[in-house]
Amino acid sequence: MRDSETAAAAAGAQPVGELTGVTKVYGHGDTAVVALGGIDVRIDDGEFIAIMGPSGSGKSTCMNILGCLDTPTSGSYRFRGVEVTTLTRNQRALLRRNYLGFVFQGYNLLSRTTAFENVEVPLIYRGLPVAERRDRVREALAAVGLESRGHHTPAELSGGQQQRVAIARAIVSQPTLLLADEPTGNLDSKLSREIMELLVQLNETRGITIAMVTHEPDMAAYTRRQVRFYDGLVMADEPTHGATRLSAARQATR
Amino acid sequence: MIREAFALALRAIRRNVMRSTLTILGIVIGVAAVIAMVTLGNGTTVRVTESIRSLGSNVLILTPGAQTGRGPGGATVAGPAFTTRDVTAITQNIGGINAVAPMASARAQVVYGNLNWPTTITGTDNDYFVVRQWPMAAGREFTDAEIRGGRAVCVIGTTVRNKLFAGQDPLGASLRVRNMPCEIVGVLTAKGQAMGGNDQDDVVILPLRTVQRRISGNEDVTVIQVSVQSSAMNARVRADIMALLRERRRIVHGKEDDFRILDIAEIANTVQSTTRVLTAFLSALAAVSLLVGGIGIMNIMLVSVTERTREIGIRLAIGALERDVLAQFLVEAVVLSLCGGLIGIVIGLAGSYFAVPLLNVPFVFNPTIVALAFGFSGAVGVIFGFFPARKAARLDPIEALRHE
Ligand SMILES: Nc1ncnc2c1ncn2[C@@H]1O[C@H](COP(=O)(O)OP(=O)(O)OP(=O)(O)O)[C@@H](O)[C@H]1O
Ligand SMILES: [Mg+2]
Repeated sequence: MRDSETAAAAAGAQPVGELTGVTKVYGHGDTAVVALGGIDVRIDDGEFIAIMGPSGSGKSTCMNILGCLDTPTSGSYRFRGVEVTTLTRNQRALLRRNYLGFVFQGYNLLSRTTAFENVEVPLIYRGLPVAERRDRVREALAAVGLESRGHHTPAELSGGQQQRVAIARAIVSQPTLLLADEPTGNLDSKLSREIMELLVQLNETRGITIAMVTHEPDMAAYTRRQVRFYDGLVMADEPTHGATRLSAARQATR
Repeated sequence: MIREAFALALRAIRRNVMRSTLTILGIVIGVAAVIAMVTLGNGTTVRVTESIRSLGSNVLILTPGAQTGRGPGGATVAGPAFTTRDVTAITQNIGGINAVAPMASARAQVVYGNLNWPTTITGTDNDYFVVRQWPMAAGREFTDAEIRGGRAVCVIGTTVRNKLFAGQDPLGASLRVRNMPCEIVGVLTAKGQAMGGNDQDDVVILPLRTVQRRISGNEDVTVIQVSVQSSAMNARVRADIMALLRERRRIVHGKEDDFRILDIAEIANTVQSTTRVLTAFLSALAAVSLLVGGIGIMNIMLVSVTERTREIGIRLAIGALERDVLAQFLVEAVVLSLCGGLIGIVIGLAGSYFAVPLLNVPFVFNPTIVALAFGFSGAVGVIFGFFPARKAARLDPIEALRHE
């Protein structure tokens, strides 16, 4: 996988991600919980997708599978044409390292570690030299508007700032696919809009493909496509109507 | 990558200084104990060997009487003293020897002017100075006439000179030994303490015949010291003397000896190997506490992995491979144990440096054991850090992220 298939993954000849008949069952026998009941989702380059649905409908489970953190019970997941379900633990870790970015619901920053160092971690694991790491971390922090906060620890930052550090950490490695699980879940509406505008901007200017879980239609409105889950199944998969597109707003003012 | 692992390890250790200190305490104590044991053990060996060697190299010491059986429980067999004829017989019949010194000793008060001093009186001849490799600091040895005639002349050790002749030249002075005026013809060089701490320089040496006639009042030779030409011949010469003396003392075949022949080189070897075994044994005991220290590290590393489950989940999710997490925790354990090892080495060396004067042994720095202790503490870190590190590396990222 390491050479030939990752090369294929980088080539971009295939859709970014393709779930086919994916199921996920937790537990066995009577206590078994069907988190995903067989779903098909295809994600193409440059998309910005909102994943919606009631609590417990399988959104996070789906995200974990897309992010190669978890494997389906059955079905197929192809990332850039590479069948993820047959990869080893280490090979999935390599996919995460090289092509995926995560923004978690609870920020999940390393505590007592500065914003700069938090953002630097993915680059350290990629083995980049110190100077290049420094430049790219600064650039990522600037992209989320936190260039002056690099030396603060998460405890010294507001919730919105922490979430932006988390986004900077997810994009610093220039991932093919950015996965965000309720990135605005803990934020007030003003901060939420800021984060959404940031994501839209990253999607448009950097061409990063984004899949985002959200409960709020307001936030989903920023995306171009909405996938609705219900009880482990995809109930609807349609383009966003009347999108609050930043680009539209910008183009209007131009 | 390994540099980052070190930076991470140092940060984790500094974050919890108190805990880290307690964690490495076991290693510190273990290493310090090993270092101290070996350093003091080596010092003792050197000290003991030196003092045995000061008795003279390649020397056989013949004493009447013997012990049957071994250990303090053995009965003693009394035997008659030697005579000057035994000495002559050894000189004439045994090959491979340098010198044969007969000795008759007594305790006596010696007086000079209004000072007096209790000391050891030894009657012997000039061979004694050869056997003991003991040159004169001033004056001369005895003349043949003095030895044959049993004249009242003597050679004194430096302690006696210091006690009775502070600042004065003792040569030519008249020392009274048990009321016998005795001319001082020589002063010996200083030899220092013997094993067991008695002062070898606290001695007055006279011709054998003088002591026999005027002090002990008999013809006994209580000890004979024989210097062998080379230590390789010790065993052969010892056997020859044994046979000769058994014949002279009419000990029939199958009966026990009633005298003893000590081989100084052999005693030195025995004592040396005894201290070596003792040192090794104590060091092994100390090494056990190193293992206990390793278990302490493992314990704390396991706690640390549990505490940092979430951190591990984050790292695994954002690009760490199993081996990166493994390296992170392994390096942390090794850095901890190496710190413990370093502190232990410093404490062990400093401790023995200050203990050395109290035990009256030299400070013998042993670089091998220091390197060994350092390497061993590193190994302890690897061995006992591996299991917790592997536990961390094998964590499921999702479950780890969900961990509170
Ligand atoms: N590790 C697990 N063990 C057992 N059941 C699980 C596990 N993880 C998820 N589930 C179950 O799978 C189902 C889907 O969970 P999932 O977390 O994907 O829901 P969700 O759509 O993300 O919900 P929410 O909006 O509340 O985050 C739920 O019924 C949940 O209880
Ligand atoms: Mg969820």
